Amino acid sequence: MNSGSNLEKVLRAGHFAFTGELGPPRGSDGEEVKKKAAHLKGMVDSVNITDNQTAMVRMSSWAASIILIGEGMEPNYQMVCRDRNRLAMQSDILGAYALGVRNMLCLSGDHQQFGDHPYAKGVFDIDSIQLIGMVKKMRDEGKFMGGDDIEVPPRMFIGAAANPFADPFEWRVHRLAKKIKAGVDFIQTQCIYNMEKFREWVKQANDMGLTEKVYILAGVTPMKSLGMARYMKNNVPGMDVPDDVIDRLKGAEKGKAAEEGIKMACEQIEEFKEMKGIAGVHLMAIEWEHRVPEIAERAGVLPRPVVE
Amino acid sequence: MIVAKRKPLDEIKELIKGYKKVLNVGCGTCVAVCLTGGEKEVGILNAELEMARKMDDDPIDIGASTVERQCDREFLEALDAVVGEYEAILSMACGAGIQFLAEKYPEIPVLPAVDTTFIGVNQDVGWYEERCRSCSSCILGLTGGVCPVTMCAKGLYNGPCGGTNQGNCEISKDQPCAWYMIYERLAGQGRLDCIQEISAPVEHKNQVPRSLIQPGYKKAEEEDA
Repeated sequence: MNSGSNLEKVLRAGHFAFTGELGPPRGSDGEEVKKKAAHLKGMVDSVNITDNQTAMVRMSSWAASIILIGEGMEPNYQMVCRDRNRLAMQSDILGAYALGVRNMLCLSGDHQQFGDHPYAKGVFDIDSIQLIGMVKKMRDEGKFMGGDDIEVPPRMFIGAAANPFADPFEWRVHRLAKKIKAGVDFIQTQCIYNMEKFREWVKQANDMGLTEKVYILAGVTPMKSLGMARYMKNNVPGMDVPDDVIDRLKGAEKGKAAEEGIKMACEQIEEFKEMKGIAGVHLMAIEWEHRVPEIAERAGVLPRPVVE
Repeated sequence: MIVAKRKPLDEIKELIKGYKKVLNVGCGTCVAVCLTGGEKEVGILNAELEMARKMDDDPIDIGASTVERQCDREFLEALDAVVGEYEAILSMACGAGIQFLAEKYPEIPVLPAVDTTFIGVNQDVGWYEERCRSCSSCILGLTGGVCPVTMCAKGLYNGPCGGTNQGNCEISKDQPCAWYMIYERLAGQGRLDCIQEISAPVEHKNQVPRSLIQPGYKKAEEEDA
């Protein structure tokens, strides 16, 4: 075991993992975290706590992670390279580990231009691949990036993202290979809508033997409305929403688009359960936490396994 | 070359407020080539300032002098004979030239008339684009001659990130993705192995003021010692 986190245990035991996501509030009310978390309790193996997502200031991801632990749940602490340098990252990792965080997701981060402080200085002292390597070195060698020994090394289950849909497609599987080489334990992908392209990417990963070295969780975000689908297609960089997805939502009865979105997500999850090389699903129900129990139920992923 | 952009007239006016005699010093090298701070632009700015101050009923006596390179002590000496007549100096050189001028005449306020913008290339007449951040650790040999430090909005050494959008950067549909370009260039050259290995964390060498002494040359004080 690398960290002994629940997510790691579930994956190592060969169960189909199911993870959720929670965006910390744009304020200092811890109750809001607890309220969102309550919807996810017992529904998922671990909850991603986003780190100033879309470059908007929010409660820090480690603090919200600690609140989640207080609720008896397991966070997957997201950390982006945009907002802190290697010193701050390592000290945050030590602190988060000391307070019980056992999973980490290493990300580059959306460019600050998207957020509420567009002229902030983007740090990017290291990138996501170098961050993976840093967390691994802290865990496996017990050393800081600078080379000094760590008194009690933090032992994280190390995650990263993969976007099979961003250009150049041919390079994406090689980028996955680089993350594995850097030491990643698990991958959560970008929201998948283009199943054909995703199947192709997973096939490439299988052919290269990569899926034997890393757990891949397929990213699923149910569409809440036709408007959301159109927005994601046209405005979210690196997102691939094919026309057939738009058409299906368009074809839904009035007021039934959300229902159709959930139905589509469940169909995807069924396919991922059978897909070679896929170890689980990461459900990103954006500002839709209260629908997670229903989605989990309908996707047939309940009850969640308990692994000792 | 170093590319600079002239500051707005109002900002320059504010900087030289209260001074009746000002010398505007242009630079004949980079900023002249990019049509910002050469002899011609010094003349234009002076005419604008004279007119503006006249309309404010606060006339100014503004001199003009353009040296070959403000970043070279040898060329600055030409100003020795005239600076004493002025209360302030306006400089249209890049930030390096402005500072060198201020260092040479420490008793006189030296004020910037331009914003130094980037090290770039000439795409067409009047059209310049950034290409280099002078990071002190060039990796162009590995990246197909495309600089990710400059051209990637996140300065990633192991790109592309997940925001690449039809060959463009996530920040804008008008900004090509550096790592997409790197991939295409290296693929075309059959050199993708260059980026297959992980780039280690960078030793940032631009976090302190840098200097360079070529082999065989020494600082003046070392020679005296």
